Amino acid sequence: MLRYTLRRLLTAVPTLFLIVTISFFLMHVAPGGPFDMEKGIPPEIKKNIEHVFHLDEPVWRQYLDYLGNLAHGDLGPSYVILNFSVAELFSIGLKISAWIGAWAMVFALVVGVFLGVVAALRQNRWMDYAVIALATAGSTLPTYVIAPIYQLVFGLLLRLTPVGGWGDGSFSHAIGPIITLGLPQLATVARLMRGSMIESLNAHHIRTARAMGLSDYSVVVRHAMRGAVLPVISYAGPAAAQLITGSIIVETIFQIPGVGRYFIDSALNRDYTLVMGTVVMIAVFTIVFNFIVDLLYAVIDPRVRYE
Amino acid sequence: MTALLAISNLHVAFKTADGEVEAVKSANFTVAAGETVAIVGESGSGKSQSMMAVMGLLPKNGIAQGTASFGGQNLLALSKPELNAIRGRKITMIFQEPMTSLDPLYRIGDQLMEPLRAHSGLSAAEAWQRAIEVLGLVKIPDPERRMRSYPHELSGGQRQRVMIAMALANNPSLLIADEPTTALDVTIQAEILELLASLQKNLGMGLIFITHDLGIVKRIAHRVYVMRKGEVVEGGETARVFASPKHDYTKALLAAEPAGRKSPVPDTAPIVLEGQDIEVTFKSGGGLLGGAPMAITAVDHVSLALKQGQTIGIVGESGSGKSTLARALLRLAPARGRVVFMGRSIEALGKSAMRPLRKELQVVFQDPFGSLSPRLTAGQIVTEGLLVHEPGISAAGRDKRAIQAFEEVQIDPALRNRYPHEFSGGQRQRLAIARAIILKPKVLVLDEPTSALDRHVQKQILELLRSLQAAHGLSYLFISHDLAVVRAIADYILVMKDGKLVEQGSPDEVMASPKQAYTRRLMEAAFGH
Repeated sequence: MLRYTLRRLLTAVPTLFLIVTISFFLMHVAPGGPFDMEKGIPPEIKKNIEHVFHLDEPVWRQYLDYLGNLAHGDLGPSYVILNFSVAELFSIGLKISAWIGAWAMVFALVVGVFLGVVAALRQNRWMDYAVIALATAGSTLPTYVIAPIYQLVFGLLLRLTPVGGWGDGSFSHAIGPIITLGLPQLATVARLMRGSMIESLNAHHIRTARAMGLSDYSVVVRHAMRGAVLPVISYAGPAAAQLITGSIIVETIFQIPGVGRYFIDSALNRDYTLVMGTVVMIAVFTIVFNFIVDLLYAVIDPRVRYE
Repeated sequence: MTALLAISNLHVAFKTADGEVEAVKSANFTVAAGETVAIVGESGSGKSQSMMAVMGLLPKNGIAQGTASFGGQNLLALSKPELNAIRGRKITMIFQEPMTSLDPLYRIGDQLMEPLRAHSGLSAAEAWQRAIEVLGLVKIPDPERRMRSYPHELSGGQRQRVMIAMALANNPSLLIADEPTTALDVTIQAEILELLASLQKNLGMGLIFITHDLGIVKRIAHRVYVMRKGEVVEGGETARVFASPKHDYTKALLAAEPAGRKSPVPDTAPIVLEGQDIEVTFKSGGGLLGGAPMAITAVDHVSLALKQGQTIGIVGESGSGKSTLARALLRLAPARGRVVFMGRSIEALGKSAMRPLRKELQVVFQDPFGSLSPRLTAGQIVTEGLLVHEPGISAAGRDKRAIQAFEEVQIDPALRNRYPHEFSGGQRQRLAIARAIILKPKVLVLDEPTSALDRHVQKQILELLRSLQAAHGLSYLFISHDLAVVRAIADYILVMKDGKLVEQGSPDEVMASPKQAYTRRLMEAAFGH
């Protein structure tokens, strides 16, 4: 088990290196640079700015510099959002995005798993059909439809929560984003859980458990659910990484200062360091969550440990 | 004798999209304490479903009516909690699938202790002790260590022993065993049967044994019920039923034991396929940090020569290397040694050089359900090989050949536009044979072709194979774990164990004086001597 963990951690380093390398060169292939949009700067001054940020050096040189800094944990200054380093931007925004994302994931997992199990136990009855309908709606309605509806109903009509903004960062500001962000995930989780639970309930060892006169609780929770959560876990890992690193749509509609918007903004602005910072952030979260998924798999299913 | 369990007028039906399907029709069974009762019948006869109904284990669309009185209660009328107080405690059940009947995610100990704690209210320590005790009872070596094992660390035979231990833990008065040995190797089957018989005797419980195997019935049952299409057609003392069966179906079942012998081919018959010193090794494990790989020798320097018109039977239990040997001869598994087909060395031929020879060397597999593509019609399946090997034939010509092939395997050619799921297991195996012989091969490898089939279907397939061999001068390599079948069809037998050839000769030589203890065990399993 320990060796398995170490091996997984070792492979994370080359993976991250590969992602950084490919992204860095792809980004420089795209035409334009961070200061091309500034109007009316004399060429000499632009040259000076570029010199300050080492943008006049060959790309491979910049690449090595970036790798060197990254190895020390330095993500560099933002080229466009002046006076802020990339790390500073993340330290402000990531807290908010991750908080909302984590709660959205918890909401999706708890409610989704519950609904999936209930649907599986009541297969082809009205409860089951209700869950399938909800899951279909949740996966097909885009966030930019759900979010305004939420704002309209809970913010403007019922006046239960703020329409948008982050204010003092109180929980009431987060409810809307959490629900709109979590709902599509909830739908997927419920659908996955229903399917794997139905399969699990038909397994031979469930028949054994029933033949041994075990209680419904033991049959359903101890024996059927434990195996059935595995597909949900493998879905939830990458999904959690995605939620925690923010969503541009939700953050824009609810006017929340998270990190989701950097994903698009930085790319459009050719804010090289911020683009790379975002890539590194998402990559790290994805690798970490996949690692957690693998560990959970090994904890739940003893057959995985030896492979 | 007073009945321990008396089932009367049992009806089992399933609600399907096509209406209700009756699986069991007014069946009556009784079993007394200390008695072993067998329910025998072919697949689909309703023998399992009647017991599933008693145990409350029918699928959701199943309905059971009638009475199953046990200890003054009608089991079919009980609520779930009431039923849970009886099943697992007074009546327990073991199943056909030892590989999947245990929960793969929990240790053996946890699974054994759970019903003990649920029914007998034992503390964890007491349940642990009792679990070790019953593991000893079913002769699991080193029970303390096994308590901490997971099911995947145990062999099929050991898992079935654990299932039996779980079923016995609460000292039940009745054990229902649903084909508990069918999925196991022949020699393991004998051990499990002996174990069940001795436990039944020592513990004095009633035993209902569901099986399709008359040999088992003869060996262990006091009384037997014969089921067919949901009805009990005959019942009585085992000796009486075997000696003077009343119902035609029972007679047919008893007559379905494979019979007949094949006369040997003349010494002058030319050798068609020859393997010299065949060795197959598999590597497992190893890798970057995994250390050196382990080499497993699946076939260990085996030689054989198959003559024109001959049937060589290769016998052995699973893992003995018999299928791997055949795959090596067909160049489907990487092997060392020489393979000669029609006087030509083929062991070094590449993929494309082998292709024209594939037509001559055909295979029929065990699984009549998995080996036919569900998305092609029977006609397409049978003629698919012609597209590769005789591409010149027109569609009409292929259809003509298909009709011929269907007639040869005795399936109505009018059915050739149907899909595999519309055929029975026996018919599918006929399709698999038609697919092979349509190419007019010289050698046919039959890998357990009858093992998944009911006895009387098995007999028909063996007869079909015989007549095809006579008509086309085919040579067969017939792989089986069942000596009874092999004796009936082969004129030469190879016995394999752990990849080695341990015994060979004509069926009479091998059967009359088996030199190996292993061969004797295989014989016991097949003939119950």
